[in-house]
Amino acid sequence: MINVQKPGMLTTIQDSGRHGFQKFGVIASGPMDTLAYRVANILVRNDENDAVLEITLTGPTLHFEEDMLLAICGGDLSPAIDGIPIRMWRPVFITKGSQLTFGQCKCGLRSYLAIAGGFNIPVVMNSKSTYLRAEIGGYKGRALRKGDCLTVGTSRRITNSFCRTLDGEQTTYLFKEPGWSVSSNLIPPYGKSRPIRVIKGPQFHLFSELSRRHLVNSKFEVTTQSDRMGYRLNGPKLSLKKEAELISEAVSFGTIQVPPDGNPIVLMADRQTTGGYPKIGQVATIDLPLLAQAKPGDMLEFTIVTLEEAQNLFMKKEREIQQLKKGISLIIKEGEL
Amino acid sequence: MEFTLSPLGDGAIIIKIGDTIEPDSRLKIQSITSALDASAPTWLTEYIPAFTTVTVFYNLMNFNSKHPYDAACYELSHILRELRINSECEKFLVEIPVYYGNEFGPDLKYVADYNSLTIDEVIRIHTEAVYEVNMIGFAPGFPFLSGMSEKIAVPRKSSPRLSVPARSVGIAGLQTGIYPIETPGGWQIIGRTPTPLFRPDEEIPSLLHAGNKVKFNRISLQEYMQLEVVDE
Repeated sequence: MINVQKPGMLTTIQDSGRHGFQKFGVIASGPMDTLAYRVANILVRNDENDAVLEITLTGPTLHFEEDMLLAICGGDLSPAIDGIPIRMWRPVFITKGSQLTFGQCKCGLRSYLAIAGGFNIPVVMNSKSTYLRAEIGGYKGRALRKGDCLTVGTSRRITNSFCRTLDGEQTTYLFKEPGWSVSSNLIPPYGKSRPIRVIKGPQFHLFSELSRRHLVNSKFEVTTQSDRMGYRLNGPKLSLKKEAELISEAVSFGTIQVPPDGNPIVLMADRQTTGGYPKIGQVATIDLPLLAQAKPGDMLEFTIVTLEEAQNLFMKKEREIQQLKKGISLIIKEGEL
Repeated sequence: MEFTLSPLGDGAIIIKIGDTIEPDSRLKIQSITSALDASAPTWLTEYIPAFTTVTVFYNLMNFNSKHPYDAACYELSHILRELRINSECEKFLVEIPVYYGNEFGPDLKYVADYNSLTIDEVIRIHTEAVYEVNMIGFAPGFPFLSGMSEKIAVPRKSSPRLSVPARSVGIAGLQTGIYPIETPGGWQIIGRTPTPLFRPDEEIPSLLHAGNKVKFNRISLQEYMQLEVVDE
């Protein structure tokens, strides 16, 4: 059992997303930073689709009533157990009675907390993800509030065997964490200003020459009207060569659409399923985590890559993630109680 | 059937049957989705149908290829080549009861005044027509309806409302529709239905589907109260 003593700014249950229902207009939801989400689950030997807590900017204060194995990945929101900083990107064994707090946002915006065994949350349309606007899924269809209680399917066998391997590593009596962590080349370069890779969108050729150049030559500011639905950007206005009435069609995570006012919007996890605005670009899946960790005020730059390059990068990353999975399964074995 | 394939980013493929909405577009789209349902390839995670496109989301790693886009297109072409266009099957008519006006339809008078009609005439015209659902999208269970009389057409609100109650019935331009869930919106709201369009607990969470026919029926406030499902 985990008690929520403080909820944090926006803490929601997310699993890999609600798939198979977009044809009914039901949005996919799921984590904003899919890489941090998946790695957190892998580090505690969860199923890659298990539910985690997505934590935004100011984190919650959680009280653990049992020993648990957890992992925190993504942006650095200064996690600490009973005031002592714990490290990210590795499994950490914490003891019954521990209190997890977050502090200063040092890097990024969103952090993912996975617990070995996952969270016991009702499944709605095949998913535990929270669909905030429709108030379904996740924890009672909403963000966490003070006083909420989360039950976890604590995987005791994994927790105890891993704990034994940590005896001898650098520990305190409050928690045990290994000296090793996920290799740094697996972690996206959050916060390092690097152009975000984009594939040309279906309506790229309908945009004016100037607009197409603006996309790759200008900086765009992430405005405060940026949330799980989409990031509204501020920069040079983008426009079509000539006005066009477009027929609504599907959009995806990473679609850069441009409404009549010329300000591009990058669609994110809680995007609607279809749209009628022209799409100038599609963020390469490999770089979506960078966007997920960008916050209002950050300046973004884009660069165009081919579909092939984007897919090669994606597949390379997938292989790295599979290797991590193999490595973790060798270190954290399912042992006896 | 003629179609083109093009990428939507690095994880999806757009199957397009044309650039304009034709009378047979919906049937062609349904034929495509039926074929995808029937073959249900493991690399296909889901699809989103629209007016003249079906966008297919695929798992790159399933192809064991250096060129997953090409591999997916090849498989998709196979499925689509075998395709038979569905014969038009019986179109289900769904009747939507609506309480028009007053608190549930704050813009009904505006619609009447704009078109120099009485409120009763607007309601009569709105309920006379038989509409067709062209696609479901934008929001869960949200139907894109065609067939509204231009006699009751009105422009969108210049300032959208921050919140439109769920199950509100509205008009924007030549379109009419129903908001399945509470969202911000710029449509002129003329009434509300007690019938939920979005049912998250059902296997098929949308009441309406592309191809359905829809008719609006005027009901009294008392009937509305009786029909309204008590909120969970």
